[in-house]
Amino acid sequence: MVEWTEFERTTIQDIFSKMNYDVVGQQSLARCLIVYPWTQRYFGNFGNLYNAAAIMGNPMVAAHGKVVLHGLDRAVKNMDNIKAAYAELSVLHSEKLHVDPDNFRLLGDCLTVVVAAQLGAAFTPEVQAAFQKFLAVVISSLRRQYQ
Amino acid sequence: MSLTAKDKDVVKAFWGKISSKADAIGQEALGRMLVVYPQTKIYFAHWPDYSLGSAQVNKHGKTVMRAITDAVGKMDDLIGGLSSLSDLHATTLRVDPGNFKILSHNILVTLAVHFPADFTAEVHVAVDKFLAALSAALADKYR
Repeated sequence: MVEWTEFERTTIQDIFSKMNYDVVGQQSLARCLIVYPWTQRYFGNFGNLYNAAAIMGNPMVAAHGKVVLHGLDRAVKNMDNIKAAYAELSVLHSEKLHVDPDNFRLLGDCLTVVVAAQLGAAFTPEVQAAFQKFLAVVISSLRRQYQ
Repeated sequence: MSLTAKDKDVVKAFWGKISSKADAIGQEALGRMLVVYPQTKIYFAHWPDYSLGSAQVNKHGKTVMRAITDAVGKMDDLIGGLSSLSDLHATTLRVDPGNFKILSHNILVTLAVHFPADFTAEVHVAVDKFLAALSAALADKYR
């Protein structure tokens, strides 16, 4: 069981309640595909991913980014049992999608950079620590079903 | 994952933009690292104050960032250019090289905080590659 301080709970709820999921989802996934191009392996049917501009403008990337962020929402709403909340998603990613779990951290890092850019100075070191702890718990839960 | 000519140009151009704030970036990146990855404090066990803005964090953040800025001018031969720093880290400081990635991540976050418009995905990938190449050069003498 993960222990959350009041500050961590409030910080996570606050960040996500103010977030534009569509924008942040699109930005984070696009950035991941650009900064770590091998992650494109999972999106063979997404059409034009040939360069940064194409990726940034790709509507399927935008749509999927939104899906991923709404998936994160499940963890935001179930902070006291993310492991259980993510059991199905973990099976999906391992059994059906066959995503290398190391990639979760790459997307997480891109999400952190996007949120940092949005929040600016409000993304203090303490807020960053809470956010990264949250992502680490999510990633660990997503990894759980991998044999 | 070697640095292309384009990567080097992008890094140089971006570093030109951030140069006036470089010291502050280094200080904040180090400060963030010590808070977000508390295990990194072990390398600074002799410091009285790890907080952002402390004299120790300020001085050391500046030192590290100046060395990184220096490396921007040595991108054509990072291993050669960082040879003595690599000796220092390998034999005297003995910082586990896994920590270079951690500091690099915090530099990227700090850049995103202060230059949200300029730190585009294209700049991000070039700077990430540069920091990775720099880290490899720094680890070159370890064994």
